[in-house]
Amino acid sequence: MIHIKRIQEDGADIVVLIGEIDASSSIELDLAIAKSVGEGFTRILIDCSALEYISSAGLGVFMSYIEEFKDRNVKMVLFGMSEKVANTFSILGLNELLQIGKDKIEAKQMVS
Amino acid sequence: MAFFCHNCISLKAKAVTRLLFTVGVITWLALLLTDISIIFSSVNKIRPDIPLWLPGVILNLFILAVFYYYKFKVERDEVLNFIDLLWRVFATGLVATVISLSLRLVEHLLNNGKLTSHAVFKDLIYMINLGLMMGFLLMAFTAWKRLILYQKSKWLLRLWAFFEIGLLLSLLLNSFNIELVQKLYGPLLGIFVVISLVLSGNMKWVAYLNFRQKWTGLLLLLLTIFYLLYLLYTNSALTESLGAISPNFTHYRYHIFILSVIVFVAMYSVFSFLVILFNLPTTSVFEQKLEEVVNFQRISQSIQTEQSEESVYNILLETSVSTVFADAAWLEIKATQIGHKLFTYKIADKEAYDIIDHLRTHNVKGILDQGSDKTKNLSKHLASLKGSRFRSILAFPIYVKNENIGTLALLKELPEGFNKEMTKIVSTFANQAGISVENFRLLEEALQNERYKEELKIAKMVQKSLLPAVLEKDDDFDIAAFSDSADEVGGDYYDTLRINDHTISLIIADVSGKGTTAAFHMSQMKGIFHSLAQDNIDPHDFMVRANQALVYCLERGSFISATHFIINTQKKKIRYARAGHCPVLYFCAKKGHAEYIKDKGIALGMVRNKSYSNFIQANEFEYHSGDIMVLYTDGVTEAKDARNEEFGYDKLLTVLCEVKDGSPKEIQDHLINRLYEFSGTTNINDDYTTMIVKFK
Repeated sequence: MIHIKRIQEDGADIVVLIGEIDASSSIELDLAIAKSVGEGFTRILIDCSALEYISSAGLGVFMSYIEEFKDRNVKMVLFGMSEKVANTFSILGLNELLQIGKDKIEAKQMVS
Repeated sequence: MAFFCHNCISLKAKAVTRLLFTVGVITWLALLLTDISIIFSSVNKIRPDIPLWLPGVILNLFILAVFYYYKFKVERDEVLNFIDLLWRVFATGLVATVISLSLRLVEHLLNNGKLTSHAVFKDLIYMINLGLMMGFLLMAFTAWKRLILYQKSKWLLRLWAFFEIGLLLSLLLNSFNIELVQKLYGPLLGIFVVISLVLSGNMKWVAYLNFRQKWTGLLLLLLTIFYLLYLLYTNSALTESLGAISPNFTHYRYHIFILSVIVFVAMYSVFSFLVILFNLPTTSVFEQKLEEVVNFQRISQSIQTEQSEESVYNILLETSVSTVFADAAWLEIKATQIGHKLFTYKIADKEAYDIIDHLRTHNVKGILDQGSDKTKNLSKHLASLKGSRFRSILAFPIYVKNENIGTLALLKELPEGFNKEMTKIVSTFANQAGISVENFRLLEEALQNERYKEELKIAKMVQKSLLPAVLEKDDDFDIAAFSDSADEVGGDYYDTLRINDHTISLIIADVSGKGTTAAFHMSQMKGIFHSLAQDNIDPHDFMVRANQALVYCLERGSFISATHFIINTQKKKIRYARAGHCPVLYFCAKKGHAEYIKDKGIALGMVRNKSYSNFIQANEFEYHSGDIMVLYTDGVTEAKDARNEEFGYDKLLTVLCEVKDGSPKEIQDHLINRLYEFSGTTNINDDYTTMIVKFK
């Protein structure tokens, strides 16, 4: 089960993920990011501080946007990951493909 | 056995009826003889050699025999319907009357003879007529009993039992205590007449007759009443003429049983006749109601029997039309799987659309869109449509899951042709049809799910068959592997391949996602492994080329994590590359402890260009005897317990250390046991895969 909130701060879209992302809830994550992009945001911050678990399908969602964001010059930064979630990203090597910040302040610096 | 018993019961019943018939005939003959003998003595002024009361007792025996004869013959016959019963009574009456009339004819032919005026001859005629009347009365009595008790209640059953037993007891009174009978005669007869009257109120069977049956019933009852009157008249005439000759014959004047039965039979016959007569005009309404019920059942049952939604719609149209006698009708179905459709009855598609358009262009609310009260007078809107033959319209929406999927419209050429009753009925039909369609769709969905499950089963079978049945063996190490997947199809893959005498290739991989696509990607991975690994290429190159190949197969968002090993038993070295897969757990016998080998590497399919080469690296290390290498998928580390906590890397490491001295198979079994223990169930919700290598 995942609960997704979106907050706009300083022209950046902050997508807050609360709960767990598995195969079925990854669709919601995909929709949320697609909506943010569709609304024209070029700076997207993903708040993972309340994200308890993410499955490979959820990681696939982030992965699927990497090239698109590069083409459209959209900057996406994930921040606030717990050690466990960060480990999941790093095992797959996604930490090398995605921009991951420590906290919101760092993430904001990274997208500006 | 059951058949045999049933058979023997019916045989027994047959024997009993035959016996009773014979007893009836014998008692009648005895009655005749005794009565004639008494009359003869009385006429000739001789003292009779038999007691005067004997014929009365014999008459009662005769009545008993006939009573039980009909009880066995008619009352137990389940096949008889109402009209059959009336027919039996009528036929008995007919036979009795015909015989009686023939006797009159004989009498008439011998009119001038001395014989006909003789007391003995007169008594013979009387006895025959009395016997016939009793037969007819008791037949009618039994038949009316069945009609009255068609819809029983406790109270009715008790009343009837009282009536019947009372009548039979009155026979006893009649036989023995003549003095008492004459005193009781009035009150007793009165009681029986009152009970007869109450019983005659039970006419429920009449409602079950259809129009034709009612006519038949009327005719049969009329004739029955006629026969009854005739037989009564004949018998009373005979008793009068006999009474003029001698007072000592068997008269039924004070016979409570006979009189009560006469009153009862006559009363019920007349009541039945009248009730049927007055029910005739409303029969069509009853029949219509019955048809409505049947139609309603048809719609309800259509869900079980019909093959498609379309047949439900057709039944709805048909039943509605026949129930309200509509001149024409249409059923417009809008948003469904079968698309926009118009089912019509006695109306051309064009005509129907003309009316629909007309109502729409004139912005008439409440007919086809159900915006307002549907029973209001709408004929004026139809009247404004030129060339239309219809003057009344009644329309209902059909809802499936609160969504209006169509409209049923019924038309009549008469103005104001629909009444409130019809509106109610059709509304019920429309609702029921909506439910039927909904059920139908649910059934369809269930079938679809079933098919999907079947497909998954096949995919699971395919996936299982992709895993190697036998692993490569080598003198330098032992190897064991295990894989179990949840109900859904997983995407875990492991394999081994011998390249040459001293080189063996291993792989473990995990396809993202589940289901048939996962199984499909797994088979691609197997193909890539078997084609690339054969050439003894470096694990780094293996990953780069595998990624290149998979970029064309994997859809957006899908990837495969994998670790590829090449074990060289000559140099005692392992070279490997990790592409986003769980880090290898390695137990070093020399150091005596285990650790995870963490290094760089991105899963296959994540980077879809040449730069992938930069994200992957191959490493090499030496192995020693006693070293253990545990390969696994994330299902193992992410297995959860009841408190939703993960098995985790630390626990996996601890479990390995517990059995570091065992064989790979022992280590594997221990690990699996620990996993199941941890999750508290063998009903796993992910895929567990392990491959354990222990070096000698």
